[in-house]
Amino acid sequence: MKIIVCIKQVPDAKDVRLDPETNTLAREGVQSIMNPYDQHALEEAVRLKEQLGGEVTVLSMGPPQAEEVLRQAISCGADRGVLISDRAFAGADTWATSYTLAKAVNKIGDFDLILCGKQAIDGDTAQVGPGLAIQLEIPFITCIQKVREADEKHLVMERMMDDGYDVVSVQYPVLLTVVKDLNEPRVPSLKGKMKSKKAKIEMLTAADVGADAACIGLAGSPTQVVDVFPPPPRGERAILTGNIDEQVEQLVAKLATYL
Amino acid sequence: MDYFLTEEQEMIVDIARQITDEKIIPNRAELDEKDEFPREILKSMGQADLFAIPIPEEYGGFGGGCLDIVLALEQLGRGCIGVATAFAASALGIYPIIIAGSDEMKKKYLTPVAAGEKFAAFGLTEANAGSDASGIQTTAVLDGDEWLLNGTKQWITNGGEAQIYTVIAITDRSKGARGASIFVVEEGDPGFSCGPKEKKMGIRASSTTELIFKDCRIPKDRLVGRKGTGFITVMKTLDSSRPGIAALGLGIGQACVDEAATYAKQRVQFGKPIIAFQAVQHLLADMAIQLEASRALVYSSAKHIDAHPKDMSKVSSMCKVMATDMAMKVSTDAVQVMGGYGYMREYPVEKMMRDAKILQIYEGTNQVQRNVVGQELNKEYSRK
Repeated sequence: MKIIVCIKQVPDAKDVRLDPETNTLAREGVQSIMNPYDQHALEEAVRLKEQLGGEVTVLSMGPPQAEEVLRQAISCGADRGVLISDRAFAGADTWATSYTLAKAVNKIGDFDLILCGKQAIDGDTAQVGPGLAIQLEIPFITCIQKVREADEKHLVMERMMDDGYDVVSVQYPVLLTVVKDLNEPRVPSLKGKMKSKKAKIEMLTAADVGADAACIGLAGSPTQVVDVFPPPPRGERAILTGNIDEQVEQLVAKLATYL
Repeated sequence: MDYFLTEEQEMIVDIARQITDEKIIPNRAELDEKDEFPREILKSMGQADLFAIPIPEEYGGFGGGCLDIVLALEQLGRGCIGVATAFAASALGIYPIIIAGSDEMKKKYLTPVAAGEKFAAFGLTEANAGSDASGIQTTAVLDGDEWLLNGTKQWITNGGEAQIYTVIAITDRSKGARGASIFVVEEGDPGFSCGPKEKKMGIRASSTTELIFKDCRIPKDRLVGRKGTGFITVMKTLDSSRPGIAALGLGIGQACVDEAATYAKQRVQFGKPIIAFQAVQHLLADMAIQLEASRALVYSSAKHIDAHPKDMSKVSSMCKVMATDMAMKVSTDAVQVMGGYGYMREYPVEKMMRDAKILQIYEGTNQVQRNVVGQELNKEYSRK
């Protein structure tokens, strides 16, 4: 089984601020982590490898420091790390990102399965996984909450729905996006950490993957962010106390002030 | 303080810290309340290679020393020494095999422990053999190609949960201290059973039972090392393992300082956070001073022990006494700083104070440790 897991380095959600000047996410001095959904995708990939044999390649697109999350993935059981990084990718929207990742996947070579987190916690679009499948012209299934059966030919899984779930059976190749109910990610192992320290992360540029300059980065993005702003503050709130009669009296008095 | 750990030791600390923060702390209160054995947590420790730390590399281990295991246990102890005791007792159970076992025996028993598939227990204590190990009643008699074990071990950590048990039995009573031997007993061996779980004051996530041997038959090759070397191996085992118990004391100490200082910053009385009052500051300061002094002694003892010195017993006893007495004192003071809230089960220091008590008792009471230190001093100064 050849499995590719797409991983994004994101700012820690506990520590998100907007830069008031540019209205973009302030990344200076903010701790970076592996996107939490991607941790579940990686865990499932490693479990499938343990069950069926094969190789897990982790792929990330980002600045050079995104190498850290690839090493972290290796310490948790991935075999190979590939980082696609180029100044020309800056400002890519979900379409340009999907295109770029597809180019990198083609460069990596054969695969049976691609796993992605449902969405990244910084952009929250949930579009890159499906976008990548479209670019690669393979089927995709989103929001996988459980893998029921897995063998060399096919997978039987549960896809989370608003009420309950669908049971889906699919043959390879396929791309899946996963939710957090899928599994509990493992802590890195000692041997994995030692391996990850020595591991060589393969670096790819736009030229290495043969990406069309018109399809990458800000220039290749069909969507542009025109404005980012915090939601308006909520109105004044108050909690009424006392027994029901007293509370009703207070409420009526309050409402009267609006008349 | 920076103790200049190696890169590999920093990795051990990171992994143990992550397991503690993500797997142990969120579950510790429930495990304690329900007297529940932490099987899932031990599984994740196995997956993270923590059980492999003390095992030599040729058997799939990490080949770590005393300080490596101390660093892991300190972190785990910060979360819950009930969980950490289950882990430490497994290491204790395999030490006799590491110290005295044959190559074949090591392959058979150490490899699955290193892989996190099995874990171990150590059976020494009996109803009449606690601090005085010479009171052991359990016997082993060679009968053809099998050993026949009879007797009962008491208060054995991981009883009923471990798959591998190292058990001390008398093979020749007439030879006194040279008449004891160690055997490996496996879960499911005929004539071997475990008693019901004991109800304890603290470390309730750990399992403590009797080990009962009624004409228990095991193959001849389960003898660890040579016949009659049991006591020597036990002493060497305990010398290596005691700093681990000291490390659990450090873990509790650190957790108590963290909890008490955080609370003292938030709790307002007489219009000020209570950390602004000197009476509280002095309590916290003494806690922090004793903790750091203990840590310095435990780390340096562990490093010293890794060089297999002659005064191993003394050093190992010294650090066990200091760090575990500190844990009792600091956990009691943490409850004091937090007042009525500290006494309530909603806050973790109540459990830490209950848990800390066992550290002064098991793996040799602190009185016995002082005897060891005293006797070694007596010997040293007789030579001068």
